[in-house]
Amino acid sequence: MLLLLFRLSFLSFFPSLSLSQHFAPTGTKPHQRISVSLNFKQRKQREEKRRMMMKLDTSGLESFSAAVPSAMAAAEDQLFAPPSFDLPAGCADFDKFQMEAKQTLKHAKGTTTLAFIFNQGVIVAADSRASMGGYISSQSVKKIIEINPYMLGTMAGGAADCQFWHRNLGIKCRLHELANKRRISVTGASKLLANILYSYRGMGLSIGTMIAGWDEKGPGLYYVDSEGGRLKGNRFSVGSGSPYAYGVLDNGYRPDMTVDEAHELARRAIYHATFRDGASGGVVSVYHVGPNGWKKLSGDDVSELHYKYYPVQPTPVEHEMVDAPPA
Amino acid sequence: MECVFGLVGKGFAIVAADTSAVNSILVHKSNEDKVMVLDSHKLLGASGEPGDRVQFTEYIQKNVHLYQFRNGIPLTTAATANFTRGELATALRKNPYSVNILLAGYDKGVGPSMYYIDYIATMHKIEKGAFGYGSYFCLSMMDRLYHPDMSIEEAIDLIDKCIIEIRTRLVVAPPNFVIKIVDQDGAREYAWRESIKSPDVSMA
Repeated sequence: MLLLLFRLSFLSFFPSLSLSQHFAPTGTKPHQRISVSLNFKQRKQREEKRRMMMKLDTSGLESFSAAVPSAMAAAEDQLFAPPSFDLPAGCADFDKFQMEAKQTLKHAKGTTTLAFIFNQGVIVAADSRASMGGYISSQSVKKIIEINPYMLGTMAGGAADCQFWHRNLGIKCRLHELANKRRISVTGASKLLANILYSYRGMGLSIGTMIAGWDEKGPGLYYVDSEGGRLKGNRFSVGSGSPYAYGVLDNGYRPDMTVDEAHELARRAIYHATFRDGASGGVVSVYHVGPNGWKKLSGDDVSELHYKYYPVQPTPVEHEMVDAPPA
Repeated sequence: MECVFGLVGKGFAIVAADTSAVNSILVHKSNEDKVMVLDSHKLLGASGEPGDRVQFTEYIQKNVHLYQFRNGIPLTTAATANFTRGELATALRKNPYSVNILLAGYDKGVGPSMYYIDYIATMHKIEKGAFGYGSYFCLSMMDRLYHPDMSIEEAIDLIDKCIIEIRTRLVVAPPNFVIKIVDQDGAREYAWRESIKSPDVSMA
């Protein structure tokens, strides 16, 4: 048994060696078999040609099947067939397989974050769910990153990317302060981050962030992403739940809101996004950035918020079950 | 998609662009200015990928300023266009910028001129041109209605007609446009054409 297997495997590994000894080159009739002594290069070329010819589908050629005895053809098929087991999925192209595996687990910005400027400063709010495809890996992620006491950054996309680069940005802001004896502006901080991200564009960073702060010019809000885009604006929402948040935010927004009204608007917008978007949930955190820096206003669980906004109504019973009157 | 278009009139050149910053189905911003004032007498309207657009146009702007600081005289429009094209061409085979550019300028003695620079570094000196999905509607209109040496009123009228056509016929038409003009008095903003106004904060 073992001997047989060994011989089979031997033949399958070195078909070219056995070919000249046992089988005629394809396309020649048995009586035309000629033994020729070839040098190495010519032999290699003939083997290449034979290997290429063997791959041709000759089912349409009647002469071929007539020439070669059917037994030989069947044996030939068996010996030169592909290995008896299937190669595992992905082995054909290792680079693409790794890329595809990464893609399935990619975060793809599953989150909802928002920020807006109003007369009293900037409100920044975010959910706290981290998901990997369909699996919720955490319900308590801090998505609002404190860059320094007067600037906040939000996290959407790759958690590690956002945390690392925001911390890096905090370091650069501090260095700017030390070198220039004054705080860096929100414009400057966001431009620093945007330039860094631009230089890494195309290399797989996934960051969709908003830089919010209060500097000498007043409140500032910038949207920066890993494609290199940087936008200055008054209202932004980033993440998979952002369209839902925009719907509530755009409708309730007024520049002259009080801090409490703005707080409630942000909380409501994130709540509605978590309700509709599967990749958002957990806890809504709301921060306010004023002239003296940022302050965390609240952190509410969205499921509790749901019952607060939509209290359980006792459902009216249509038909009441009544005992049948005793006969 | 982003629409940038422009034309050359009698003693002036106009560049108009939409003002939407879009990310797949989401409109982040409706008042993003995509026509950059390069220097006192040059306008650069750009459309393309967000990071590339801002980084490349700022790079060109800083280099134009640098030339003026070093040499005491500003670059001509033709020289700027050739420089821009050269930068795009050099980066093309390594790290290409996906930006389409309409460069308009006014030079003393030469008058107004406009250059069309593609993302693959094609350059043409033109009287009228357009980029983006809007170009499908604007180019034929401009071919039909344009004539050399138009007055400002006629030119603005033609630009407005193009904007109306884009709004009518393009399925995801940008709501707002900015129009900038450059003539012997300099490069400046001429008008905004807004159909969606966002409530603005009374900034401190």
